[in-house]
Amino acid sequence: MSNDESGALARFGVTDREIEQALGRVKVSTVDYADLYFEYCQSESVSMEEGIVKRATKSIGQGVGVRATAGEKTGFAYSDELTSKDLNIAADTARYIANSAQGTAPVPVTHRPALARNLYPHDRADIEVATRDRVTLLNAIDAEARRYDPRIKNVMAAYNTEYKVMLVATSDGLMVGDIQPLSRLQVTCIAEENGNRQVGTFGGGGRIGLEYFQNDQRYLQFAREAAREAILNLSAVDAPAGVMPVVLGGGWPGILLHEAIGHGLEADFNRKKTSAFSNLLGKKVASEVCTIVDDGTLPFRRGSLNVDDEGTPTSRTVLIERGILRGYITDKLNARLMGIPLTGNGRRESYQSVVLPRMTNTFMLAGESDPKDIIKSVKKGLYAVSFGGGQVDITNGKFVFSASEAYLIEDGQITKPVKGATLIGSGPDILKQVSMVGHDLKLDEGIGTCGKEGQSVPVGVGLPTIRIDEITVGGTKA
Amino acid sequence: MTRVIAEQDYTNIAQDLLARASKHGATAADVMVADGETLSVQVRMGAVDRLTKAREKRLGLRVFFGQRSASASTSDFSRDSLERFVGETCALAQAIVEDPVSGLPEPGQFATDFPELNIHDATTLQTDQQIDLALRAERAAFAADSRITNSEGGECDSSSGRIVLANSHGFVGQYANSSFSLSVSPIASDAAGMQRDYWYGVNRAFAKLESPEAIGQEATRRTVRKLGARKVSTCRVPVIFDPEVAGSLLSHLCSALSGYALYKGASFLIGQLGQQIAPDFVTIYDDGRMPGGLGTRPFDGEGLPTRKQAMVERGRLASYILDTYSGKKLGLPSTGNAARSIGESPSAGPTNFYMVPGTTRPEDILASVKQGLYVTDLIGFGINMVTGDYSRGAGGFWIENGELAYPVEEITIAGNLKQMYANIETIGTDLVFRGRIASPTVKLAEMTLAGN
Repeated sequence: MSNDESGALARFGVTDREIEQALGRVKVSTVDYADLYFEYCQSESVSMEEGIVKRATKSIGQGVGVRATAGEKTGFAYSDELTSKDLNIAADTARYIANSAQGTAPVPVTHRPALARNLYPHDRADIEVATRDRVTLLNAIDAEARRYDPRIKNVMAAYNTEYKVMLVATSDGLMVGDIQPLSRLQVTCIAEENGNRQVGTFGGGGRIGLEYFQNDQRYLQFAREAAREAILNLSAVDAPAGVMPVVLGGGWPGILLHEAIGHGLEADFNRKKTSAFSNLLGKKVASEVCTIVDDGTLPFRRGSLNVDDEGTPTSRTVLIERGILRGYITDKLNARLMGIPLTGNGRRESYQSVVLPRMTNTFMLAGESDPKDIIKSVKKGLYAVSFGGGQVDITNGKFVFSASEAYLIEDGQITKPVKGATLIGSGPDILKQVSMVGHDLKLDEGIGTCGKEGQSVPVGVGLPTIRIDEITVGGTKA
Repeated sequence: MTRVIAEQDYTNIAQDLLARASKHGATAADVMVADGETLSVQVRMGAVDRLTKAREKRLGLRVFFGQRSASASTSDFSRDSLERFVGETCALAQAIVEDPVSGLPEPGQFATDFPELNIHDATTLQTDQQIDLALRAERAAFAADSRITNSEGGECDSSSGRIVLANSHGFVGQYANSSFSLSVSPIASDAAGMQRDYWYGVNRAFAKLESPEAIGQEATRRTVRKLGARKVSTCRVPVIFDPEVAGSLLSHLCSALSGYALYKGASFLIGQLGQQIAPDFVTIYDDGRMPGGLGTRPFDGEGLPTRKQAMVERGRLASYILDTYSGKKLGLPSTGNAARSIGESPSAGPTNFYMVPGTTRPEDILASVKQGLYVTDLIGFGINMVTGDYSRGAGGFWIENGELAYPVEEITIAGNLKQMYANIETIGTDLVFRGRIASPTVKLAEMTLAGN
């Protein structure tokens, strides 16, 4: 299926004329910008526990969100009905912020760019996998995890897919549509030995279909990884507490960049000067070995998009270049108000939510160190390779993230596994503590979901192995 | 804003769907329909920042083919779409594996009394009225202290909605509810940097919402006191949780008591029913029929009556949180705690879950600590429900000789929830409901604090 706008428009049963009239109604002279965002989304989840594929859920939703911005103000309304009457009601509500009478001249939407690329070409059938195929796959995961080690007592797994069709029509005359598939496979294992119970998880996915999980029996590898982590944690010791050097492994530990740096560089917080990074553009915020980008153009990645939810093609934005803060990530509203470039990061959870500047795939570029030397350089510290969630307070810059697989480093050697430790630091300071960056950049497996103002969007992160000279580890062993 | 709930009779739609499911061969089914209207106003620096208005509706269908089951939801209520929707849901169920425990509750268990619970207030707020409330709250925050230099804004939301639940055993129930909230998030700054906090009010009845001035002033009091925060050294000390963060300890307890976590082996409270899990002065209730409560409803997500029950009674674990399915897995009856998202099978969750206040005033709890930590902020997700291991980012105040000495940030507090509940030393008198889960001030004997 092609990711073109005409297919999307037909799906919504709305005519060009109706779209142009609704835009005309909301785009009065005191409104700077307006858009209509149509969305159809079908999601399906099949899950297994106790060896039984017992749950299946399916959700179908569609609707339109109408938005007007005037100065710093945003007016927004949405409807799950797509008639021209509902479109007009939403348009009138969105226009309320402009304090103007309704517009009468339709706004022509003539600019209909054919997408120059398709980052995630797909076959719909491969995304919307038949339920019986999902059942087969989940059953095999259960068997593989239990085969891995008899101490695995329960296996929970879920296969979720989403098939989203969007179309955005804007007052600058643009109309663009996209089809955005998304799949995720998640496995959780519980291991038990002498009353000690521990958990391990592994998952992955992206804008891909069933074939991805079947290639090289990747789904069985997911099962083994979740089982391995659970078994490993059976022998984990209490985490240390206090300031120490920490080595982060590649891939998912890139959540550090997302929490510590990424959110603070979203343009809205900087326009409002509520970010700890406000006024630091051009300043040194990291050590020279750190270059960090946000890149929405990586094929098949969970955080990638052909166009953002305002119709702007996504791009690769350099956030930090050799330690210097270079740029923010923007949507149309904030780029216009701040007079800075549009980066294609205007995203929304659904037609029911407003656009905010959001990350796509955020990662640090590879450095020159050998990962082995990085471990060897630490006398006493922590090596963290997998994490649960993280969170940041934008204003004071403090962030935390919690390790789900971590080890002690003693005299340059990886020794005992430690139980979940939380790392806490300060965004504008932490990257100044990065002294070594490995040549082993790895992107995560495709499990990240980012929350902001109550909206969740899929994102990616990535990191080479890095050494942080000093960070507070929040364990129980004082 | 017009607060007219759609006139359509959703009970008819629900009955129609049950009949169609039966025609497709389903042996049992239930349908949940919800609709709602929301008006949200955000202001910032004295001007309107964002206005959001929405009306939405959604229905969810769960079908059983013997012991195979599936759930689905849609926002498209047109006749043709619903017929296709029922067919697809039935096909989905038939592709799933049999689960011997699945099924609706038994007939005779369903709610039959629907008392007035004061959860719906028909007050209609105009857009300008909500803008005014939000502006006043933000203005009060700025006026309260000159160190407030910026703002994340003020917000005033109103919403109302209706829930209809019907099943093939003949249960039909419905209720309406409403919610009004007002919040403000000021930013204070000094030479050392910026700090942000917020305060809020939320109520089912508009008339009971705190004044915007009171909310704004409290938000500022909470924000400016954080200025100049620093780290402290790693140590083991007594920790006092203020009521806002003490509620999070009860949220974790709810997660551990959920029947689903228990039967999957994913809770640190497995096998603890009837055991002493906290000191004998700790009593915790769940009350689904508390008048005007934010978690109040006449029946749960399966149609069973809600009730008031002791969860922890004088320190002894008195009940799990169960729906029919998770109860059966554990060999226990449902506790009327089925939580339900439209289009999902039920889960188990609290209604109004609270710790009974103690007899010590919060200022006396503070006075009892020579050196310790008073926690007002927690961030991060460092909780392992399987083991109870707990490690979260924290902020608050260092306590020196019974008084708040200076603000603290960029530290963690760590322990194990099982031990933390057992280590509750004092409970305050200050219980106020600002959500479905509420706690007074709580003092724990000792935790590990990681800092410098």
